[in-house]
Amino acid sequence: MSGNLTKASETSRRPPGWGRAAAAVFFLAPGLTALIVLAIVPMILMLTYMFFPRGRFGGVVYEFTLENFARLNDPLYLGVIGDSLVIAGLVTLIALLIGYPTAYAIAQLPPRWKTIALVAIMLPFWTNFLIRIYAWIVLLSGPGLVNDALTGLGLVDEPLELLYNEGTIVLGLVYGYLSLMILPIYSAVEKLDPRLREASANLGASPFRTFLSVTLPLTLPSALIGAVLVFVPSFGNYVVPELLGGGKAIMVGNMIRDQFLKARDWPFGATLALVMIVFTFVLLIAQAVASRRVRNA
Amino acid sequence: MTLLSIEGVSRKFGDVVALSDVTLDIKAGEFFALLGPSGCGKTTLLRILAGFEWPDRGNVRLDGADLLRQPPHRRPVNLMFQSYALFPHMTVAKNVAYGLEREGLPRAEIKTRVGEVLEKVGLDTMAGRRPAQLSGGQQQRVALARAIVKRPRMLLLDEPLSALDKKVRAEMQLELKRLQHEVGITFVVVTHDQEEAMSLADRIAVMDNGLIEQVDAPIALYDRPRTRFVADFIGANNLFTGTVTAGGFEVPGLGPLPCKTDLPNGIAVLAVRPERVRLGDPGRGAADGTVVDVSFFGGISHIAVDVPGHDRKVLVATQGSARIAPGAAVGLFWNPDDAVLVPA
Ligand SMILES: Nc1ncnc2c1ncn2[C@@H]1O[C@H](COP(=O)(O)OP(=O)(O)OP(=O)(O)O)[C@@H](O)[C@H]1O
Ligand SMILES: [Mg+2]
Repeated sequence: MSGNLTKASETSRRPPGWGRAAAAVFFLAPGLTALIVLAIVPMILMLTYMFFPRGRFGGVVYEFTLENFARLNDPLYLGVIGDSLVIAGLVTLIALLIGYPTAYAIAQLPPRWKTIALVAIMLPFWTNFLIRIYAWIVLLSGPGLVNDALTGLGLVDEPLELLYNEGTIVLGLVYGYLSLMILPIYSAVEKLDPRLREASANLGASPFRTFLSVTLPLTLPSALIGAVLVFVPSFGNYVVPELLGGGKAIMVGNMIRDQFLKARDWPFGATLALVMIVFTFVLLIAQAVASRRVRNA
Repeated sequence: MTLLSIEGVSRKFGDVVALSDVTLDIKAGEFFALLGPSGCGKTTLLRILAGFEWPDRGNVRLDGADLLRQPPHRRPVNLMFQSYALFPHMTVAKNVAYGLEREGLPRAEIKTRVGEVLEKVGLDTMAGRRPAQLSGGQQQRVALARAIVKRPRMLLLDEPLSALDKKVRAEMQLELKRLQHEVGITFVVVTHDQEEAMSLADRIAVMDNGLIEQVDAPIALYDRPRTRFVADFIGANNLFTGTVTAGGFEVPGLGPLPCKTDLPNGIAVLAVRPERVRLGDPGRGAADGTVVDVSFFGGISHIAVDVPGHDRKVLVATQGSARIAPGAAVGLFWNPDDAVLVPA
């Protein structure tokens, strides 16, 4: 009797694991193949260059060395890496400070205005990133629109030096990646059940307290995702520092590019690339840990 | 003493009239129930009292002060949401403690009160869980605990017990009554369960389509409905549409029916409760018919009688098992005093 029962309950279990595994392989295969062939293999090949000295005209000489890592210690390179971290961090912070209230405000709009606001945020993506950065040059250059306006209004006597410094880079990066901060936060605020805020108020919480105790914790994971989405491309960016930094101020991205294309030092370029990847990974892990913390606060 | 007075409150959502000129006085310490079909505006009324919805017209006063001018977080009322609205990122204990923390009570007191209330709703072992890890009925009890732990002047409960089984529900009902009597909290409770409303409430307001149909004590509401809707909505009833004339109440196809005519001449509806109808020999009662169905419910039996000329079956309730079989010809009898005449 009891044997029968056991049997019956076993047959009613869900299908054995290999069925689901087969399904997983089937659906994941195309994406995984593309990822492995196009991204992971080249990356591993490139990273192996770190352990060899440079070839004379690019490429490498196959003799094992750790020389490239020792060179990282150079204050010149460390300085650029440090600057890049500071710039990317600043960009992320500013994007968060602008992006959160913007996303929050959009989520409160009536449906039609919501759509309009979202389209307005996406619209710049329809134009090439380079062109939009050049547009900033036109705006900010010595005889540019902003300076014309300032001198025209008599606010300044001489055109200001607006271009080609760290501030301009930060401006360009914030401009370029702000929407990556706004969109995830917007979707989190939008999904938030308005009854939760009402319940909080009903239990005696002021609007600010409600924001701190309910809205913020429930949207913070998305804000962290936005932060990573902004930080990573800002940290590795080389277009914006090149154009708006005018080559005076450079970031890791420019340095890596220079090692590969100008100095023809592939191994050291690969080493610098590794540094970036490591930072990115640390960041992703920190983000995952932080959002789990928040969720289980 | 009147604690809450609602005067001429109306609210429209586009074309939908959620509340239409609602006027109610709720006394301090009273257990007041709102009863009505889905979509009749019960939640909207509670949300106006809590401050999450605003009336297009009308006034609400609490203790004589204009309630509508106070921001939601300053109102001395607590609302238990129909959808619970538990904070998903907090444990059960944190959810319940939230309101007390906002009052700035000492930690130790918060802890004891949270512990007490969780024990009362039978969730003391679940204090560390998150709402997503609870069953529907358990979530409902957390929502209830979170509202009652504050011991406000007035508790607004939107279907507080709908997801609970019979036994737990009875326990919770007792707890609510205890809070009413011992702590002196005034209750406004929305419920779909008429028996619950009847057994718990001091007074019941029956609503339909945003209108208050009748406000009365349970027994009066049951025995003396004042509108056709209330007669039909509360409990089971046999309704006969007819005309009031000088000679009495007359139904086309059935002839005159026994009742006290206290309405002016014109179209009216006669309501007779199934338990007020007696069966007897055909030919001498108010009407004659044929038994079509007999069902036994333990304590009582329901007998459905088909009366020629009347489109709805007449329902008769008798004590114990009915000694009658389908097909039998019967006459229907009732006291004129037991039949209620309401305007059509
Ligand atoms: N925010 C809103 N926007 C538009 N219509 C609404 C809104 N809130 C309520 N309504 C409408 O107002 C009417 C009353 O709604 P309400 O939620 O008060 O009903 P209810 O009596 O609580 O119903 P139930 O018993 O199903 O909970 C319904 O027709 C509903 O569709
Ligand atoms: Mg409702």
